[in-house]
Amino acid sequence: MAKAYLSIEGVGVTFQKGASTSEVLRDINLQVDQGEFVSIIGHSGCGKSTLLNVVAGLIPVTTGAVILDREAVEAPGPERAVVFQNHSLLPWLSVQENVRLAVDKVFAGKKSAAERRDWTLHNLDLVKMTEARDKRPSEISGGMKQRVGIARALAMQPKVLLLDEPFGALDALTRAHLQDSVMEIQTALKNTVLMITHDVDEAVLLSDRIVMMTNGPRATIGDILAVDLARPRDRLAVAGNPTYVGARASVIEFLYARRAA
Amino acid sequence: MSFPKPAFTASEPIAMDLREPPPRPFAGLARRASATAAAVLPPALTLLIIMVVWQLLCGDSYEGLPSPSRIWAESRELIVDPFFDRGGVDKGLFWHIATSLKRVALGFSISAVCGVLLGVLIGANRWAHRGLDPIFQVLRTVPPLAWLPISLAAFHEANPSALFVIFVTSIWPIVINTAVGVRNIPDDYVNVARVLRLSPVEYFFKILLPATTPYIFTGLRIGVGMSWLAIVASEMLLGGVGVGFFIWDQYNASRISDIVVALAWVGLTGFLLDRVVALAGRIVSRGSALS
Repeated sequence: MAKAYLSIEGVGVTFQKGASTSEVLRDINLQVDQGEFVSIIGHSGCGKSTLLNVVAGLIPVTTGAVILDREAVEAPGPERAVVFQNHSLLPWLSVQENVRLAVDKVFAGKKSAAERRDWTLHNLDLVKMTEARDKRPSEISGGMKQRVGIARALAMQPKVLLLDEPFGALDALTRAHLQDSVMEIQTALKNTVLMITHDVDEAVLLSDRIVMMTNGPRATIGDILAVDLARPRDRLAVAGNPTYVGARASVIEFLYARRAA
Repeated sequence: MSFPKPAFTASEPIAMDLREPPPRPFAGLARRASATAAAVLPPALTLLIIMVVWQLLCGDSYEGLPSPSRIWAESRELIVDPFFDRGGVDKGLFWHIATSLKRVALGFSISAVCGVLLGVLIGANRWAHRGLDPIFQVLRTVPPLAWLPISLAAFHEANPSALFVIFVTSIWPIVINTAVGVRNIPDDYVNVARVLRLSPVEYFFKILLPATTPYIFTGLRIGVGMSWLAIVASEMLLGGVGVGFFIWDQYNASRISDIVVALAWVGLTGFLLDRVVALAGRIVSRGSALS
């Protein structure tokens, strides 16, 4: 079997707290190709964030393995950059310094100081945050913070970009705007993306494939749906597209009709 | 509950609202003056009332506590000239305070450095926490003066003993607050550090220290207040130049008026110390570390 770029093989996660153990994930198998945008959707508490953290290396697997570009994932690292749900910017650093911290660490010895500065600004420009570069996180809106979080992750030039409900805390308008930005950037840079979401429209609009998870405990992959919509996608144009409508209906059907499984 | 906003009527020229009001000269100045007055007047007035009541209670009797007028009569030189120096311990209060402050600066600096390091250790390491925290919780309740005989026995000399008493009094709030700060570093920051693969040294300077700064300064602020309490107490027993001994010396000479003047100096200095540390904390954490 030819190995995919990112391969999640028989992953199970069991948490041990004192005498009680809880099996959160069981036997997860998923292959992601380079440049593919894959969403993981499921009800809250189904362990989808745990799965993302396993790929990030923040949580160790109990069984199985995660293999990225022929290397087993054992610890967190910048080649698997995470955009955290609550942005996780460091409040004592400016927007630019937050991104620069990652750039300095990842490209130490590979780029000169001037190149690192330019690369920082380039990534802030990608998410349209150049103007606010000297502001502190407390001075910018939630959507802007999330943009900076995305810039910081992109600046690491990750092999796979991990998005943990990146738009979950945002209002609908800001969310739509940011989704468009992410689509644009992904189309331009051909990033491999793994995104956690609980928003059906978001999953269908952004993804090449949607991974639907069963409810926990012992959650696993219930179904995988390919979304065959040409890119670039326009949220207004695809809304009436039969493929879009069909995919949306399948996901909703899985989440609400089959969730007793 | 919300009330409907009054609708604009046609007679109301809406465009007027967009025009800037005519500049009023000294408007900012007047506002600042009134703000200053609001801050300064109430305590000044309270002080005046206290003085009057004190004067009425103590009167002109030469028994017991001297009244404000008698203090002025007896200790005028001490009040108006804090800078005289006639050699030995016969100096103005400024010099006594300065000597005490030097001791506090040295002792407090040592306890700040040791306190932060110990705090980081017991905040970051579970076993250090389990082993040391209970002991610290007991030691921190020992009063400063109780340490003095022990430190005299250990050091045999006045100066290092005074320093040790300052150190041992002020270190606990610094240790405990730093440890709480380290344990409260949000998981998000730790995850960022892990994804970036920061080395322990980078983590210490780029994440841990800035994230803990507000807690450290809370500890330093309590600590500096306690070290000032300790210096006065320890100097009373040690002798030499210093505001603590000054108070003790005047008591032995039955010059209660001088002691009241010295107390005012001690109080104001303690207040200033607190403000200086608070200001330093605001500058270092750049007002944003808590957001």
